[in-house]
Amino acid sequence: MCLAVPGRVVGLEERHDTLMAEVDFGGVRKDVCLQYLPDVGIGDYVIVHVGFAIQRLDERSALESLAEFERLGLMQEEFGDPFAAAVRQMEEEL
Amino acid sequence: MKYLDEFADPDLAARLLERIHAVTTRPWAIMEVCGGQTHSIIRHGIDQLLPAGIEMIHGPGCPVCVTPLEVIDKALEIAARPDVIFCSFGDMLRVPGSDRDLFRVKSEGGDVRVVYSPLDALTLARENPDREVVFFGIGFETTAPANAMTVYQARRLGVRNFSLLVSHVLVPPAIAAIMESPSCRVQAFLGAGHVCSVMGTAEYPPLAQRYRVPIVVTGFEPLDILEGIRRAVVQLEAGRYEVENAYRRAVPAEGNPAAKAMLEEVFEVTDRAWRGIGVIPRSGWRLAPAFADFDAERRFAVQDIHTAESSICRSGEVLQGLLKPHECAAFGRECTPRNPLGATMVSSEGACAAYHRYRRLELTRV
Amino acid sequence: MSEGNGRNEAPVDLAAWSCPLPLRDSPTVVMGHGGGGALSAELVEHLFLPAFGPVGELRDSAVVDVGTARVAFSTDSYVVRPLFFPGGSIGDLAVNGTVNDLAMSGAQPLYLSTAFILEEGTALADLGRVAEALGAAARAAGVRLVTGDTKVVDAGHGDGVYVNTAGLGLVGPGVDIRPGRARPGDVVLVSGDLGRHGVAVLSCREGLEFGTAVESDTAPLHGLVAAMLDTGADVHVLRDPTRGGLAASLNEIATTAGVGIEIVERQVPVPPEVADACAILGLDPFYVANEGRLVAVVPPVDADRVLAVMRGHPHGSGAAVIGRVTEEHPAMVVARTGLGATRVVDLPVGEQLPRIC
Repeated sequence: MCLAVPGRVVGLEERHDTLMAEVDFGGVRKDVCLQYLPDVGIGDYVIVHVGFAIQRLDERSALESLAEFERLGLMQEEFGDPFAAAVRQMEEEL
Repeated sequence: MKYLDEFADPDLAARLLERIHAVTTRPWAIMEVCGGQTHSIIRHGIDQLLPAGIEMIHGPGCPVCVTPLEVIDKALEIAARPDVIFCSFGDMLRVPGSDRDLFRVKSEGGDVRVVYSPLDALTLARENPDREVVFFGIGFETTAPANAMTVYQARRLGVRNFSLLVSHVLVPPAIAAIMESPSCRVQAFLGAGHVCSVMGTAEYPPLAQRYRVPIVVTGFEPLDILEGIRRAVVQLEAGRYEVENAYRRAVPAEGNPAAKAMLEEVFEVTDRAWRGIGVIPRSGWRLAPAFADFDAERRFAVQDIHTAESSICRSGEVLQGLLKPHECAAFGRECTPRNPLGATMVSSEGACAAYHRYRRLELTRV
Repeated sequence: MSEGNGRNEAPVDLAAWSCPLPLRDSPTVVMGHGGGGALSAELVEHLFLPAFGPVGELRDSAVVDVGTARVAFSTDSYVVRPLFFPGGSIGDLAVNGTVNDLAMSGAQPLYLSTAFILEEGTALADLGRVAEALGAAARAAGVRLVTGDTKVVDAGHGDGVYVNTAGLGLVGPGVDIRPGRARPGDVVLVSGDLGRHGVAVLSCREGLEFGTAVESDTAPLHGLVAAMLDTGADVHVLRDPTRGGLAASLNEIATTAGVGIEIVERQVPVPPEVADACAILGLDPFYVANEGRLVAVVPPVDADRVLAVMRGHPHGSGAAVIGRVTEEHPAMVVARTGLGATRVVDLPVGEQLPRIC
């Protein structure tokens, strides 16, 4: 649930025997506890929730998902679809 | 922000929506478990753009909303003590107890502080050795590892003036309880993505089989939600009921083993009352005996709490997806975000708050 | 104006309001009363106004007739913590905030008073830095500090330094700028990107520290306003979106004028660093405070030239059209989301709090 946001690890340090990381969220930096992802390295992306990295973000999966979504659209452009056109028109109205 | 903004792309959203419209031939009722998903759906207007036959039923996945009234009242008592620094996530500050909330306790002199992370509370404890620091440890499985690590560190570093008021709740028993309810209309679930980032997906196939419901592990950005809905509808139309992972970039099947190990060590399963729903057996976590010293409920033997819920609040029915917020007679009248009768109206993830905040346009047009 | 107290409910009177509801209404002041949202509005409408008598239209500054002059008069108190934050200090806010309140009536700000409430034990060096900043801000804004006061309270009964400034300015003939003048068809503009001040201050708040390059946008806007008025445009409304952010300002305009406002989310400029900080904390940029921005509501025929003049001014270079005033959904602000759906932009209740969900 819950508000967890992806960020890039830019620094690592031990504090009171706890593995901590400096994580960059597109310009905002925050200290994050890395104890649950000890194998993460600088440059990796992690998902952060309440000051803890809870999971790695799999960049390849992310890009694959986006590519899949792009492909879905291609099917429609081949066959044409009135709904997609209507949605696009709504966008243009803005 | 990278890996966030791309998943809100309006053109890709339009394509996903178009696919959903193309595959839907019948009405379906889908429950999104997580309050963060409810918030995203209402805030971006996804529910307005889906085919008319698809109904999103908002689930009880808002830990703020389901924290039992007794626990809130205990928190209020502890926070009011002069020797206590009471730390909490921001969401909890306005949740109504029987007769007040943490904001009111703060206004009456209680030292109540909003923190971003439970580790901040531990730091406060180390910096204020003459005060008792209590952290309000609520949340689902996503938040539990943070609370577990904090209390583990407290014990390891010998920080004796720190304790945790625990009220953790678990998703799989909630799904079972919802499906067992005779008035249940849910036909498919969008699983809570970040809960599964921690716990993995192994707990869900037995539920999908037993109740014959598709469960699609889903994220929170618009494209994630739309993809989750699309996959659920595809399964429903085909008569399938499997567990699918539509949030692969953040959910490996095994979850986070290090976090699960810590959870095993620090917490144990317990029956838990869900505010507005009732007791769901084995649906919560409490501190294990080895960490009992850090349990705020034991440290501050709180007197018998006499709870009093509003008699007209129907948040329980909303949380189970049996009632839409605007169908409640008190919605927008006695019950508003300014004067919430129940937690679903005060939490930013609560369905009632989301409807009141974002949907008044349609509701007043009706 | 209480949230949810829509057009169907009878007006709430003082006795009913102060009678404790089962779970909510508090007999004490709570932080939300200062948040610039619904709670603040209620305090004014149901506690202060009945005691003070009619005030006329509620607005940032009052315009009163003194002989033949039209005088704008405003006051504001500054309690920001920490005293010094990226991009400025309480001294800058104390000058710019009141200067801007006057400017929002179309006034030329002239004189300020400054009153300090100091906590015993505050370092004189800190106070000195605040005073320096205040004096410098006044010089930069071209206003004179003509009178003041200093009080000291016991240690523990203040927060270092509280400042109140009150300001006087002159309003030119024919200038009538106030929230009630918004009309359906009017164009809604902002002078630049939103959310910098709130994020800059939050980034130093204990318990929430995060590293960011975001600085407060505190700035005096009367020069920008003068340039806008010099075009001859009939500016209807000016508002500075401070506490409660853009959402509070737009709601106040919509409610006071009895009109609806429609904005397009993607047209509201928010710098990426602000968006990212808000994403981490779970805040909505529309509710985050600004101290160097204004919202303008102008007739459609004037929109293009006002926008052009704003963009040519140092404090308006990021100006943008964000929406329009409509006769639909009176007193409600609605946004078109990125996906093309709609959502209501509500008046904030109290303080916006970081959330986990």
